[in-house]
Amino acid sequence: MSFKGKFGGALLAAVMSTTALHGAFAADDTIKVGVLHSLSGTMAISETTLKDAMLMLIDEQNKKGGLLGKKLEAVVVDPASDWPLFAEKARQLISQDKVAAVFGCWTSSSRKSVLPVFEELNSILFYPVQYEGEESSRNIFYTGAAPNQQAIPAVDYLMNTEGVKRFVLEGTDYVYPQTTNKILKAYLISKGVKESDILVNYTPFGFSDWQTEVSKIKAFGSAGVKTAVVSTINGDANVPFYKELGNQGIKAEDIPVVAFSVGEEELSGMDTKPLVGHLAAWNYFESVDSPANAAFIKEWHAFTKNDKRVTNDPMEAAYIGFNAWVKAVEAAGTTDTDKVLDTIIGVSVPNLSGGVATVMPNHHITKPVLIGEIQDDGQFQIVQQTPEVVGDEWSDFLPDSKNLISDWRKPMSCGNFNVATGKCGGKGS
Amino acid sequence: MTSRLFLQAFQAILVLFVVTLAAPSFAQQGDPKPLIDQIGKADFAQAETLIGQIAATGDARVVPALQAFSDGDLYVRKSDSLVFIGKGSGANLDLTEPVTGASAGSAPKGAMTKLRINNNLRRAIRSAMGGLTLMSPDRGTRLAAADSVLRAPSAENLELLETAIAKETDGEVKTRMEEARAVSILSSDRPVEAKRAAITTIKGLGGREALGILSGAVATADPALKGELEASIKSINDTLALWDMVQNVWFGLSLGSVLLLAGIGLAITFGVMGIINMAHGEMVMLGAYCTYMVQHLIRTEAPWLFNWSLAIALPVAFLVTGAVGFVIERGIIRFLYGRPLETLLATWGVSLILQQAIRTIFGPTNQEVGNPSWMSGSFALGGLNITWNRLWILVFAVVIFFSLMALMKKSAYGLNMRAVTQNRRMASSMGIRTPWVDALTFALGSGIAGIAGVALSQIDNVSPNLGQSYIIDSFMVVVFGGVGNLWGTLVGALSLGVLNKFLEPSVGAVLGKILVLVLIILFIQKRPRGLFALKGRAVEA
Repeated sequence: MSFKGKFGGALLAAVMSTTALHGAFAADDTIKVGVLHSLSGTMAISETTLKDAMLMLIDEQNKKGGLLGKKLEAVVVDPASDWPLFAEKARQLISQDKVAAVFGCWTSSSRKSVLPVFEELNSILFYPVQYEGEESSRNIFYTGAAPNQQAIPAVDYLMNTEGVKRFVLEGTDYVYPQTTNKILKAYLISKGVKESDILVNYTPFGFSDWQTEVSKIKAFGSAGVKTAVVSTINGDANVPFYKELGNQGIKAEDIPVVAFSVGEEELSGMDTKPLVGHLAAWNYFESVDSPANAAFIKEWHAFTKNDKRVTNDPMEAAYIGFNAWVKAVEAAGTTDTDKVLDTIIGVSVPNLSGGVATVMPNHHITKPVLIGEIQDDGQFQIVQQTPEVVGDEWSDFLPDSKNLISDWRKPMSCGNFNVATGKCGGKGS
Repeated sequence: MTSRLFLQAFQAILVLFVVTLAAPSFAQQGDPKPLIDQIGKADFAQAETLIGQIAATGDARVVPALQAFSDGDLYVRKSDSLVFIGKGSGANLDLTEPVTGASAGSAPKGAMTKLRINNNLRRAIRSAMGGLTLMSPDRGTRLAAADSVLRAPSAENLELLETAIAKETDGEVKTRMEEARAVSILSSDRPVEAKRAAITTIKGLGGREALGILSGAVATADPALKGELEASIKSINDTLALWDMVQNVWFGLSLGSVLLLAGIGLAITFGVMGIINMAHGEMVMLGAYCTYMVQHLIRTEAPWLFNWSLAIALPVAFLVTGAVGFVIERGIIRFLYGRPLETLLATWGVSLILQQAIRTIFGPTNQEVGNPSWMSGSFALGGLNITWNRLWILVFAVVIFFSLMALMKKSAYGLNMRAVTQNRRMASSMGIRTPWVDALTFALGSGIAGIAGVALSQIDNVSPNLGQSYIIDSFMVVVFGGVGNLWGTLVGALSLGVLNKFLEPSVGAVLGKILVLVLIILFIQKRPRGLFALKGRAVEA
């Protein structure tokens, strides 16, 4: 992104948020949409792209004539990678700026921080990133992958196609890797993998000295059984991790690494030649061959005025979430939260890989699972694609949550219905 | 009787017929071209079978095609579904025939489809190529072939391997081939005695590789061999345990060198000058971005200079960050001497401003900084696997440290600097321009942080957050080593590195880090001035 474009965007956002205060009476001719992504601090690396994507989607919608005959107006705020600030900014968006819906958050911590605000003020949040599941809120739509839409199919691929029998679950020490690894471990054991063939290992945020960890992986992999690494390592720590893998000569043919947090954006800062063949599991890759995707990429390059900007999975999730919201508002004829919550369930919109994403009663969506291999040009080559899978918010592989389901349709309207006791409530209530 | 004769004759004819029928198809199997063309239409599983068939032709001419397939350079022409090797960037691909290697003109990228490949196919290709290139006239190729057979042993390659060994004259290649033969024997149906000899050879090979091969064989091995196998595994494990200790020391020194690099600039600005400089990490970050800019220019303007990019980036980073440091000292810090709290807040503000400025100019995402070829890969030293980039960083850190030491102790400027920090008023009355020395010293510390950034760009992310991940470690090293003492910084960095790497394997990275912090807190309680406390009047000043 050019300096000018970025500065212009920030200026525009600043102007918008100040006019929002004074122009309350003008609210009738525009519909405001909140964009809650960190533009500074550690998470800016990932979230800035999503802010740009949201501005592009809103821009496109306005070119198509807006929504309900009104123009859409983006209200961009910067929660600065600070979790409590997310809640504050969310409150400001809903009560001061009176936005109709909010698109935002990246980390689970930020989502957990804003969840009570959205429930209290009864507004809607679209959350576009893959997450660990074990949550369901009346006011949040999870358009990224739940564990069964990413982690479990990836492990299946390793077992069935690569013949892997020994697993290293390597993650950054926070809630998403911890929960995902707990689910994966239970799943692997249910598939007959021995407990001694699973090594779970955590490293701190922003870890950069991977020598010991990588040699530990090497040692674990020399037991004469095909071994793979399942990586839930968070953003920044990935570059030194992959560099160390490359330098210590761990090839994808010997010990493949499948990652859940490494996409085109993360690879764009890396020399990927030593990494060819390592895997990632997502619901979308930029290399997806479909007319919808080609059009989306073209639009993105035109909007950012930079034809080197890559697209990634959370962008597709934002695209789906935004379009589903637009469709639901059109069906309801209003942006009123309760009415939109009713109409949005069952709404189907096209995704970018040529299929359809449907919003399910558990506020998750249907997604295909794609396994891709890293290529030397920083893109992924898709080696497997499943049909659409319904997101499962309460994992079937954790003893605490296997009996829970979520259904926000009336009359059930419950996020944690226990099918064993027949009551609403339990974990997460 | 006649009918039987007739029947026999008929059978003979039938056999003859079958043989003649089979003959051309056999000959066809000898020609790899149609098989390669079939890959164009095959899915992953079919392609794997085809690679096996191609390897079975024994035709070494297919090697370039297989290599191209593995590298992702094999294409199928959309118009006639023939397969070619395609090379070249831009809109057009230069095509070559896969078997004969003859040029087949060029074609626009749109007319060709790249053949997809996955890890299973890469493995199949590796094994096929190993068998095909064992007799190659090139020594390096043969060595690589023996390596790939060793990694992907198969009973089919065994006879090939034995012929190759008989012909081999080069000692190293021959040993490698014999090791590969031993591994292949282990997975074949050769008699127990041969396998026993093989186990001894593999045991001699040692290391993780041998361990993997032997452990893999335990489950399916002949009961007579079990004891032998387990004894070998135990002996390799014992050797490895020893090497693990050595490896931990090496990893520790390497981590220590990174800590030293990160902390050494701070040892000057904080240690010698007493400025709590929260913007130190951002100086490191600016140095890394200088490297990126230099590499970016080299990539577009003078690609042949790429291996020199770091050498060019060093002075650039030193001057740029030194200048930034100079401006910060003259613009902000000089008004705040003697007010540590305000200095802390002001430099912290500066760090935020610098971070956001870089984010606005370059974007929030990581920038790609490449490793020159002499900093990539690793080499084996006994049971140790030493990566080149870590080794060079260790060397670099030590060189920087001693140059700085020499500057402080041997030069006139160093003398002035020590005079000013020890007794400002006395130095001033001797005619030293103390404000000027202050500014230069801060610039020097910043400049050193900048060149540390050049080195760290080789192992870490080049992003606006780079500095933040080093600031705490830097302060930790300087405080632990003893404020104001460069030797303390050296010993502090290396001992923290080694301590960390000895804790990590047993308690994990997260707990290891916590334990190190706790130990430092306890240590500071005991010795508030760190490992090497300064003595004398300067301490009280």
